[in-house]
Amino acid sequence: MKFRYIPNTVEDQKEMLTAIGVDSVEELFADIPGAVRFKGELNIPKALSEHEITTYMTGLAKRNITINDYSNYLGAGVYQHLIPSVVNHVISRSEFYTAYTPYQPEISQGELQGIFEFQSLIAELTGMEAANSSMYDGATSLAEAAAMAAASTNRSKILVSKAVHPETRAVLKTYAKGQHLEVEEIEINNGQTDLELLKKSFTEDVATVIVQYPNFFGIVEDLAAVSELAHGNKSLFIVSANPMALPVLKAPGEYNADVVVGDNQPMGIPVSFGGPHVGFFAANSKLVRKMPGRIVGQTSDDEGTRGFVLTLQAREQHIRREKASSNICSNQALIALASAVYMNTMGKEGIVEVAKQNLQKAHYAFKVLTAIKGVEPLFTGPFFNEFAIKVGKPIKEINEQLLKANIIGGYDLSKDYPSLEGAMLIAVTEAKTKEQIDEFAARLEGLL
Amino acid sequence: MRKAKALIFELSKPGRVSYSLPELDVPELELNELVPSEYLRQSAPEFPEVSEIDLMRHYTELSNRNHGVDSGFYPLGSCTMKYNPKINEDVARYPGFTGIHPYQDESTVQGALELMYHMQDYLAEITGMDAVTLQPAAGAHGEWTGLMLIRAYHESRGDKKRTKVIVPDSAHGTNPASATVAGFEIITVKSNADGNVDVNALREVVGEDTAALMLTNPNTLGLFEKDILEIAKVIHEAGGLVYYDGANANAILGIARPGDMGFDVVHLNLHKTFATPHGGGGPGSGPVGVKSILTPFLPKPMVGKKADKYYLDYDLPQSIGRVKSYYGNFGVIVKAFTYIRTMGPDGLRAVSENAVLNANYMFRRLQEYYDTPFQQHCKHEFVLSGVRQKRQGVRTLDIAKRLLDFGFHPPTIYFPLIVEECLMIEPTETENKETLDSFINVLIQIAKEAEEEPEKVINAPHTTVVGRLDEVTAARKPILKYTK
Repeated sequence: MKFRYIPNTVEDQKEMLTAIGVDSVEELFADIPGAVRFKGELNIPKALSEHEITTYMTGLAKRNITINDYSNYLGAGVYQHLIPSVVNHVISRSEFYTAYTPYQPEISQGELQGIFEFQSLIAELTGMEAANSSMYDGATSLAEAAAMAAASTNRSKILVSKAVHPETRAVLKTYAKGQHLEVEEIEINNGQTDLELLKKSFTEDVATVIVQYPNFFGIVEDLAAVSELAHGNKSLFIVSANPMALPVLKAPGEYNADVVVGDNQPMGIPVSFGGPHVGFFAANSKLVRKMPGRIVGQTSDDEGTRGFVLTLQAREQHIRREKASSNICSNQALIALASAVYMNTMGKEGIVEVAKQNLQKAHYAFKVLTAIKGVEPLFTGPFFNEFAIKVGKPIKEINEQLLKANIIGGYDLSKDYPSLEGAMLIAVTEAKTKEQIDEFAARLEGLL
Repeated sequence: MRKAKALIFELSKPGRVSYSLPELDVPELELNELVPSEYLRQSAPEFPEVSEIDLMRHYTELSNRNHGVDSGFYPLGSCTMKYNPKINEDVARYPGFTGIHPYQDESTVQGALELMYHMQDYLAEITGMDAVTLQPAAGAHGEWTGLMLIRAYHESRGDKKRTKVIVPDSAHGTNPASATVAGFEIITVKSNADGNVDVNALREVVGEDTAALMLTNPNTLGLFEKDILEIAKVIHEAGGLVYYDGANANAILGIARPGDMGFDVVHLNLHKTFATPHGGGGPGSGPVGVKSILTPFLPKPMVGKKADKYYLDYDLPQSIGRVKSYYGNFGVIVKAFTYIRTMGPDGLRAVSENAVLNANYMFRRLQEYYDTPFQQHCKHEFVLSGVRQKRQGVRTLDIAKRLLDFGFHPPTIYFPLIVEECLMIEPTETENKETLDSFINVLIQIAKEAEEEPEKVINAPHTTVVGRLDEVTAARKPILKYTK
């Protein structure tokens, strides 16, 4: 059988074997002990032709209902936004997507400059002095930020608000176990980090305080207050931010955040069943040399031509090996590039306009939904594009009914917060029309 | 040839746009009626203002300043820069895959779950393991996950003194770094004169504190650890577990399986062995396979099947927890799944046979011109040493830079650390003989240049858009973002 990705002909193979001085390919594997040689054939399905594989994969894809087919109100960390056509065109250029990490800067200037621009955009958006070239996702970015805070303060306790995404906190706990760090969760009060409890939780071993902005319930936390408490204890202040909120909400940098992390998925990246998305990591200038991950810097050649290189590599695993404070090697470069294309496409005017539309539409939806008899706002704090309502019935049942009307209802908060039975978290972005929101309200009303 | 390129910020002109949004169709309220004004940002972020054609030309020009596998040969050792099939790119972009939210009801994502369920099975079969998690996002992430599993295993047995992980001196840098981040101390074990793990040296360092040995097989010298059964036995008898770094799995598909070699945990790099693109540094995907003794500790959720329904299984009370949000880099998994179904069992075996054939062919044709520290047949990659050229004043870095003038991406250089002036070459199975021959001929030419006109090599590259860049200043006075 011939394989279109393997060009060697029988003739080629013969010539090569002759040059090597062996009679068969099998001889090249003679050093593998017989006891560990795999005999027979792997038990996986036989090869498919291109037509067969696309037919099969189309069939699998069709067995999924998409957020574009239905009217979707799920957010909870992954958001449905409109994606400009140019984003996919740019990242489909194979000079970008078939390249490795830019180890040879002379022939990788495109990637390096693209990522330098990404870093610049993230630093600008978050109000921070520097950003790295990307992390796996928002959750691992936050976990690495916590580890960096512990290392740079030489303290071992992490305070994290319970209004930080439950999955992010789960990832943080797994990482913390590896690094022998203690994670303490701060309870919430009316959907926000309980500042009184937070105040009481400070001890001299607290390395950092972590809050989310807007938080998991969509509420805008009082960053000024948290920042003051954290810094009063000489702990680092880490903010996990939704980038889409930042064109209208004050940047965490303005609140003296030491590190800002998050997932840049809202910036032009499809929801894709949760990945690949892209974590970002921004820090103040004091922490630049302690950041994990690849960092691109500007420099020049001997003739003064501006160019870009991977820099501050002395921090990284391939140099420091067991002394490295992070093991990240591959990151999410292409997705970072895609989100940079999105940010550049929206531009100074568009990025504010899209963020405002999220704010306006979510508040419109909040108004029409909470006007329904039997629906109450769960909390009262200010919000951006996501809010929680109480409907007094199990959300699972409500969502099953909504699905029949081609509506993907909001997130069932009781999955992570058992006391929030009958509460639904609803995301409304620029991708929803007034008509869809009104229809959603009408359907929900009919179920209560 | 040298030519600087403007940053997109430098192309910006106030008033230009490349976005398009629907008109706001809900009643517009003042922002401070919606959010208290003290929370509102006062000035818009300084994003560039360009029209769509400017944006497209900017990125097209950037792409022209970048070398990918589609541009030319990319024999970067241990990175498996094989061709990235286009059909995989198409399939991963099907709306039925990109348009599903991770929190949708399971009944609405049966196609995605079925794909992941089969993928877990295929990778278990290929590696000879009992179960596979698809959650880790990359190779290093998989290594760390595997080590956390090993830790959980020892702790579950009340065995808390196993604090050390043994790593050969030829290992990838991520191995010791991952073990450190997982909370272990590192013991480095030397390689012997044949480039293999020195089993006697290994015996001396194992003990009651051994949590695991991390091993790449074939190793980073491209050599199969032929004492693998003995090595695994030494570790197992001491009560430790054996970890397989799958970075080099392209040599063994259908030929030998880590599970049959005595490994307890394995990670694979779907972005190496299974043809998904590297994306200029990511996204990758680093699934981890385990033997049944470690299954209870796998990250949650796993994908299960009950009757004919696929579901996310969170009922794993001994799980190490989550290592990443959601279910892994799903879009990457779709591409690798498409690749496995395209190749089938015969195709995967042909991949490894041809990858190994190509590497040995290059190795033998070059051994006259460069020093070769190890003489035995290699697997999918091999190392050369530039010590002979160094005596002419030409360093391996110079050889790498000279290769750029011929349109080739250089091999991995100065790694593994145990070979002086190392060049590590991995051709992969997707290159034809003409390409291999032209690369070989260029390396031979450069070896001659090193003797006859070393300046030409030392001053390379001569044809790229920038010359060698000043990395020292870049690190000393970092400029990490654009400022007006």
